[in-house]
Amino acid sequence: MARRQGYDGVVVTAPVSVPYERYSIETAHWWIARALRASLQAAGLKPLEIDGFTVSSFTLSPDTAVGLTQHLGLCPRWLDHIPMGGASGVVALRRAARAVQAGDADIVACVAGDTNHIDSFRTLLSGFSRFASDASYPYGFGGPNVNFALLTDRYMQEFNATREDFGRICVAQRDNALRYPNAMMKKPLTLEDYLNARAIADPIALFDCVMPCAGSEAFLVMREDEAIKRDLPFARIKGTIERHNAHASDPIQLRGGWTLDVDDLYDMAGCAPTDMDLVQTYDDYPVISMMQIEDLGFCEKGGAPEFLRSRDMTVTGDFPHNTNGGQLSAGQAGAAGGFIGLVEAIRQVTGTAAGTQVKDARRALVSGFGMINYDRGVCSSAAILEGTA
Amino acid sequence: MSDPLQPPLKKNPQKRTVSPTRPPEGRSRAALGLTAAAAEGRFALQCCAECGAVQYPPRDACSTCLSTELPWRDVSPKGTLIADTFIRATTSLYFRDRLPWRTGTVQLDLGPSVICHVHGDCEKGARVVLLNRLDRAGQGVLIATPEKRTPNMQDDPQLRAMSSDPNYRRVLITDARTPNAPALAKALRTAGAAHVFVGEGETWRPYPERAALESLGVEFLPLDVTDTSSVNRMAAEYGSKVDILINNARFLRPGGVLARGDTGFARDEIEVNYLGLMRLAQAFGPAMCARTGDGVNSAVAWVNILAATSLSNSPEMGCFSASQSAARALSQSLRGEFRSAGLRVMNTYVGPTEDDWHQPLPPPKVTANALARDVIKGLTDGLEDVYCGDVAKDMADKYRRDPKVLERELTMGGEA
Amino acid sequence: MTSPLANLASALASGEIEVIDLTHTLDPDFPVIVLPPEFGQCARFRMEEISAYDHRGPAWKWHNISMSEHTGTHFDAPSHWVSGRDLPQSAVDEIPVERFVGPVVVIDCSAQSAEDPDFLLRPEHITAWEGEHGPIPPDAWVLMRTDWSKKSGAAYLNMHDDGPHSPGPTPEAIRFLIEQRAIRGFGTETVGTDAGQGMHLSPPYPAHFLLHGAGKYGLQCLHGLDRLPPTGAVLMAAPLKIRNGTGSPLRVLAMIEKDTA
Repeated sequence: MARRQGYDGVVVTAPVSVPYERYSIETAHWWIARALRASLQAAGLKPLEIDGFTVSSFTLSPDTAVGLTQHLGLCPRWLDHIPMGGASGVVALRRAARAVQAGDADIVACVAGDTNHIDSFRTLLSGFSRFASDASYPYGFGGPNVNFALLTDRYMQEFNATREDFGRICVAQRDNALRYPNAMMKKPLTLEDYLNARAIADPIALFDCVMPCAGSEAFLVMREDEAIKRDLPFARIKGTIERHNAHASDPIQLRGGWTLDVDDLYDMAGCAPTDMDLVQTYDDYPVISMMQIEDLGFCEKGGAPEFLRSRDMTVTGDFPHNTNGGQLSAGQAGAAGGFIGLVEAIRQVTGTAAGTQVKDARRALVSGFGMINYDRGVCSSAAILEGTA
Repeated sequence: MSDPLQPPLKKNPQKRTVSPTRPPEGRSRAALGLTAAAAEGRFALQCCAECGAVQYPPRDACSTCLSTELPWRDVSPKGTLIADTFIRATTSLYFRDRLPWRTGTVQLDLGPSVICHVHGDCEKGARVVLLNRLDRAGQGVLIATPEKRTPNMQDDPQLRAMSSDPNYRRVLITDARTPNAPALAKALRTAGAAHVFVGEGETWRPYPERAALESLGVEFLPLDVTDTSSVNRMAAEYGSKVDILINNARFLRPGGVLARGDTGFARDEIEVNYLGLMRLAQAFGPAMCARTGDGVNSAVAWVNILAATSLSNSPEMGCFSASQSAARALSQSLRGEFRSAGLRVMNTYVGPTEDDWHQPLPPPKVTANALARDVIKGLTDGLEDVYCGDVAKDMADKYRRDPKVLERELTMGGEA
Repeated sequence: MTSPLANLASALASGEIEVIDLTHTLDPDFPVIVLPPEFGQCARFRMEEISAYDHRGPAWKWHNISMSEHTGTHFDAPSHWVSGRDLPQSAVDEIPVERFVGPVVVIDCSAQSAEDPDFLLRPEHITAWEGEHGPIPPDAWVLMRTDWSKKSGAAYLNMHDDGPHSPGPTPEAIRFLIEQRAIRGFGTETVGTDAGQGMHLSPPYPAHFLLHGAGKYGLQCLHGLDRLPPTGAVLMAAPLKIRNGTGSPLRVLAMIEKDTA
């Protein structure tokens, strides 16, 4: 494989998180417009001044990115629709970065957003994927809870993980969420609360699950000189990876596509796991955070429970993880859940994270994971961002 | 072991009958192959015709070699339960009524992993046998069961939900005068049916089966499927007590179109075999559809007994078989109409039966006991299509292979 | 005014003459004759709603009905039997209408029939009856009262493995009525004009064979012949006008003088 080209001269900036709502009477279009507008405002741009646009959303139907250009009055010369769920943020970033790098676009706005009507979660599940309709939802219609219950069950059998191990992740993230004003969860969570919570699908209980909500996230990708001209704090993109349908013959998912590309990621970024000041994993269930921590090289396969037992995952700890509470405590706003970690990481390495700011944060690892097409997440992605401080 | 099923309590008249719900029905066209196999009780998966790879979930191209030739083949249903969960929260109304619901991942010996329902007697990590069953939406689903039979295995609530088990259910056999009525009644009793009603028309003329039926303790209801008023009256009085309806009413005379020379018997055949089914469905169908969620003795199945020649006709029984084909076509409509309630239509296709009208035909012939056995097994396994007897099985195989070839085979004259 | 019809009208109005109904209700469950199953069968009476003040017809209710020519209380024309097939005026639409109204006598065989379901009416029974009631007038209907119409369900056909068992006439009795008494027709309360075991007589089904061969008519499944006087009543039995019909369900009425029954 030829050595990959870096993203020199391309930066990411203007991170925006529109505060989430449990249920919304608004549409995905509305939420996406709010995030886009805030991001453009942060950069002092008007809609027609961006020439690239990506969107990720589950509830935009029947529209796509194309419909949104007309709806929102955009005139991009580069357009992408990225339906990759939890992997969308990093994938949007790396697509946009290459477009800017190649000159196909100068400024790309990457937006994700979804609404959450009462009952829209059920409706979304019903039409999620063909394999899910055919081979997973007829078996209890538990949605992703069931898939993650099964692989958590298997993970616990294989690696002797305990519920306390998963609980520690959730409790630390709740700690972090209490520092993040946009988080949906505002009450502290103890390990006892976690262990005593109502069972949802054994061994998954209430605090292993994210709360579906409405919300949106956005950022801009542009040349470094453009960001400097506009006096914007920005982060450099040191490396990215994505992979789909890896390890298809594994009987159940205990690892993700990151294992195929992790060396490439660190090679490209010229650093190692130990160089990270914070880690943002995709966390719709704590087990998948553990897998990312393993597959992205922080410990051996199956070692995450032990690795995390001796670490403090809060903003002030020695292994800051999901610093704004992640989806588990901030909420899962559909496809925006694929952006939340990346947007927070941009804030962190640009020193604009306010209450959740990790001290001297310079380098962040962001990981994405998405689309339970049938029995496992199909898409994986990761990126390393570096601030200029 | 599973907890043995308890007899249902008498219905609380102050309680609203549970509304019918059903599990998700939507399937891709490819996935309906699983349903087609489940309808006959077969465990089949797509196997690549070129590289042999076994596929799951069902798809349109081989995930190993991209061949689009993916025929369904009967394969080994054995595997290992590698993970399982009890679902305790769901947005599906059907499953909400039945929580907790056990679901698991089984790694098949053939390779693919499947998400499936899990019988309560399966142990984590144990060897299991997958059954392919129709769920209440009428779609094929996989359920992991213990490798060896366990006590009361059929009473596992999840397995029972995929069957039409007569145990503790009340059954109406529509025609006491059909020679198979006593055998059906006896087999239902043995299978635990709580009550057997038998429809009896033209009480003014005796028939030999009466004594046998009386000795089985069945309840006779005045019912003649050709008489709309009698059908409506019985449905009004007993419709809400019928959990399984077995329509065995049959009018049969030999002969094709030219041999008959008139439409007299054909009218009788249509009156009994086709319009009789329609009258029963119009009268009993709504009450049964309203009670598919009604607990242990919920309404569960509608059974038609049809001639195998309803699949493809021949002159020996030409006019009769045409009425059977009409009934078969009607049953397909009924399947659609009953589906939203989850009421299953089971067609039992029977080869020549051991009776007066088939007396000139050579063996093999289906005895009443063999028919009754297959009906009970079909109900227990929740089937939708049962082929009873070697002739019917043979005909079904040929029909699947090439309907035109079968047609010619059945309509070839003798040597000139 | 002395016109006979005016007299009739005033007698009907005053109740001096009563009209009585000798007809069974057409009902889906009313028995019909049962033949060996390889033969064509007599259709049972059936009724299907067309509409009942509903979406199929908001202001009206009506039914489609179906039955055989020989269902329920019915009339047999000569063309019903092979012996009468070539006679003139042998179908219901061809029979002159005056044949549908005429005198009627009733031979009471109810006591014998109660004792023996296979009771057969013989010529000596007829002559004995005439000894009591006078000779049968020419061109009269002769009805055989058995009180069979009071039976219902299985007792009516009284079907056993060797066939049905119900009373009827001997060939000799029918011959006597045709040849010696020139009757118009013969009627019964049973499902046919012949006895239940009539197929074992010679000729088989003698009432059908002989009556229709002689251009005479049959009435069967009559109801309540115990309400008719032995003599003196007038029978009205008009079949539907069915082209080439061999018979017809009908309403059989009789006019009787008050208190003569």
